[in-house]
Amino acid sequence: MAAKTLTIDGKHVSVDESATILDAAVDAGIYIPTLCHLDGVYDVGACRLCLVEVAGSSKLLPACTTKVSEGMEIQTDTERLRQYRRITLEQLFAERNHVCSVCVANGHCELQTLAYRQGMDHVRYDYRFPQWEVDSTHSLFGLDHNRCILCTRCVRVCWHIEGAGTLNVSGRGAQARIITDLNQPWGTSDTCTKCGKCVMACPTGALFYKGATVGEMERDRTKLEFIVTAREKKQWIAD
Amino acid sequence: MIATLSRKKKNRLPQVLEHASGDKRFKILEVHIKKHQFKQDALIEVLHKAQELFGYLEDDLLLFIAYRLKLPTSRVYGVATFYHFFTLKPKGRHTCVVCMGTACYVKGADKVLAAVENKAGIKAGETTPDGELSLLTARCIGTCGIAPAVVYDGTVTPRQTPETALEHVKGWIKHGH
Amino acid sequence: MDIEDLVEIAEKERASRKKHVIRCCLAAGCMASDSKGVKEALDKAVQEAGLQDQVEVRGVGCMKLCCQGPLVQVDTHESGATVQVGDDNQGPLYLKVTPESAPSLIATLTGGQTSLQRGNPKAPFFTEQAPIVLANSGIVDPERIESYIAAEGYQALHDVLREMTPKEVVDTMIASGLRGRGGAGYPTGLKWATVAKTPSQQKYIICNGDEGDPGAFMDRSVLESDPHCVLEGMAIAAYAVGANQGFIYVRAEYPLAISRLQTAIKQAKKLGLLGSGIFESPFTFNIDLRIGAGAFVCGEETALMASVEGLRGSPRPRPPFPAESGLWSWPTLINNVETFANVAPIMRKGAEWFASIGTEKCKGTKVFALAGKITNTGLIEVPMGTPLRKIVEVLGGGAPDGGRIKAVQTGGPSGGCIAAEELDTPVDYDSLAKLGSIMGSGGMIVMDEATQMVDVARFFMEFCMDESCGKCVPCRTGTVQMHSLLKKILAREATARDLQKLEELCDMVRHTSLCGLGQTAPNPILSTLRFFRNEYTALLKDDVHNGRNKNHPAPEPAPAPAAGPATGS
Repeated sequence: MAAKTLTIDGKHVSVDESATILDAAVDAGIYIPTLCHLDGVYDVGACRLCLVEVAGSSKLLPACTTKVSEGMEIQTDTERLRQYRRITLEQLFAERNHVCSVCVANGHCELQTLAYRQGMDHVRYDYRFPQWEVDSTHSLFGLDHNRCILCTRCVRVCWHIEGAGTLNVSGRGAQARIITDLNQPWGTSDTCTKCGKCVMACPTGALFYKGATVGEMERDRTKLEFIVTAREKKQWIAD
Repeated sequence: MIATLSRKKKNRLPQVLEHASGDKRFKILEVHIKKHQFKQDALIEVLHKAQELFGYLEDDLLLFIAYRLKLPTSRVYGVATFYHFFTLKPKGRHTCVVCMGTACYVKGADKVLAAVENKAGIKAGETTPDGELSLLTARCIGTCGIAPAVVYDGTVTPRQTPETALEHVKGWIKHGH
Repeated sequence: MDIEDLVEIAEKERASRKKHVIRCCLAAGCMASDSKGVKEALDKAVQEAGLQDQVEVRGVGCMKLCCQGPLVQVDTHESGATVQVGDDNQGPLYLKVTPESAPSLIATLTGGQTSLQRGNPKAPFFTEQAPIVLANSGIVDPERIESYIAAEGYQALHDVLREMTPKEVVDTMIASGLRGRGGAGYPTGLKWATVAKTPSQQKYIICNGDEGDPGAFMDRSVLESDPHCVLEGMAIAAYAVGANQGFIYVRAEYPLAISRLQTAIKQAKKLGLLGSGIFESPFTFNIDLRIGAGAFVCGEETALMASVEGLRGSPRPRPPFPAESGLWSWPTLINNVETFANVAPIMRKGAEWFASIGTEKCKGTKVFALAGKITNTGLIEVPMGTPLRKIVEVLGGGAPDGGRIKAVQTGGPSGGCIAAEELDTPVDYDSLAKLGSIMGSGGMIVMDEATQMVDVARFFMEFCMDESCGKCVPCRTGTVQMHSLLKKILAREATARDLQKLEELCDMVRHTSLCGLGQTAPNPILSTLRFFRNEYTALLKDDVHNGRNKNHPAPEPAPAPAAGPATGS
């Protein structure tokens, strides 16, 4: 395994050549904000929060999908990036109806945490206030489109890890939304295995366990990680 | 057509297949799928063919295609709704497509559209309640030299004005305002 | 198939040329004005006049002056004379021909008169053009491969396969200096070299014919007028990079282009110009057609590849570039229709010839679709570096009815508006980029004084909003917000603060979006702001709340100290 050396925020880092910038940063203990990235499933580079500046590249590059190369000089936290991240978060909050005070994930929400961390204290853009429904037909889980940020983590775990392919995205642009099977109520889905991985993957309160109330929705992401990596790590084998 | 999704889950697919076996158009579609060797990447080609045969893509049809190509139904639905060419609702007997490309727009296509919308009492993208006329817009049909262009039932017609457009659709609107 | 067979077909086709060739435009623009009816009427009139031996009525591709269609041109040569390519195009040109007037047109061949309007083939609109890509357009019959072969078609493919190594082909392309005609202008030769160098057992070629820019119809015309030229270019490219399967991705909105391509592929396969062992060499190449389904974003190469794979047309981040990991993760060469159409002429006439045309950094010619408020709308092909003023005023004939040109919009929704003061700019990739616009695929919409620029920006933003795939956040939500801010400005409800927010948003969307659609979506706003800022500011209302917007109104003035019950006094 060949290693590559690079600098992130002035810190020298050495990682395997197959690593992404995000992997390298995590290794080095440097924080890069992410929203659509989820350990264990493939990356799509959609949320644009992990963009970093790379010396010699005129474009900002997403840390989650860009592979490291020798001698890269990366800046992860410049004033410009911080401003872009704030605007991106404002856009997300203005897009759908994110009302933290009545959200099941209040206090355990990645979007909320990121907003705190990036110092986004108010939204300057007009809220869109779209009309979205809540699908509560499933026996165990609920899906609230109002809180969905279309990170497609659920779609990816459903296909990539569970292999069910129940969830997908329909429509496009601002009309895009998560669907189950043929855009039918989740409870009538033929393919859903009720595994709950999508709920574990969701960064906000869009997917939740039924019965959870405000602030109660905590997720155990280690379970997902276990499912993905247990075979490699030989955790299946009982001692 | 059978309203598939209101049926009980378990029997849904067999019902669709049984229904399909009695419909000639499904046979043609199946031959087409076979021509593509049941390849999953032919999904868009198959959807094109299905829409050509049936006019629009209904749930049964999408379920059938998903089954034949061995794809998740959500994927088929996601693809069908991504592309604006596919429609999941039946179209009217007549179609009027107003080109809203830049060249047509600067030459007054918006006024042509507004006139037809007004006359038919529907918005672009809708069909009149009696199913006679579907009013659609296009993102440029590439005939900018003769702008503004309108496509009436598949025939491209050059240099339209609100008056000529109304003249064309007059017969298709029964209960105009 | 060997070179003798090819020459034989060409000779036979040339020898069968009749005295009069009446070329009737059968491209989509003229078809809309019933040119098909005109051709049938002409055929019938020839029969009735008993001139079948002397007259051929040939359906051809785009004859460029679309606004005056249907166009018909008559070329007369002594029968049996060897007519070189390019000798045509001189005879009388008739405009706005109707089926009813067909007999009188035929009568002119035998000394009769016609009341049909005559066009001038020596007008600057025609003489100032320098056709390479469109050399055959309007001359050859796009539905007959023999017609293309007679115009030296497929000879370049033969020479390349039999006399050149793939490396030589790539080197020729690099030397020619051809840059991608899809918009970004990446050097084609370098792209080919990258794909050729990547070791892989499977490689693909894609021809991007998803011409989504509203106001652009160059690719449609090329595919409708000269489909074999594109097929030949693709085959040469495939040989150069080592691919054996190609795809042409065409918009579903172009049914005529699709059917002509299908015909062309079938004919080429039948003659063994596609398939296995082309020209008795070990080279094998097949082309499949893929039909788009109405998504502008599929013009972006990674989205297009997703669409070819039968998925939602969402782009993915680059790198890795398609040249390394493209279709089904195999190395893929993806070029625009016009780029491929340039390949065969370059191979035929040499890289030096091509490099001698155009400017230092941009070689060759560019096809533009002239449309909007201009006298001559249609298709033109001019050398790179031609001043915009020449295109608009000399070829285009200026604004109709004595109007004044206000701006020229290039590059579609990803491009920008160039103000009339800047018309002396030479048209090439770099000069246009300097003005905040792009070359794009070549749409050119002329706007006159009646056009309101803020509304134009709103029009394009609405387009981008509808066409955003919804994958990445800045493009999905940013276009919606920019659109609503523009609407607010147009409704005269916006303040200077809103304009500032709009500019901030433009900057963010431009730099953080995933693909070209989002990255260029703010261009129409930025370029109109640059040249027509006063139109924006004129629409702003006074900032009554001292810089605060409606959601955060300025605090009410502190209530006056209690004045007792005598407030009414």
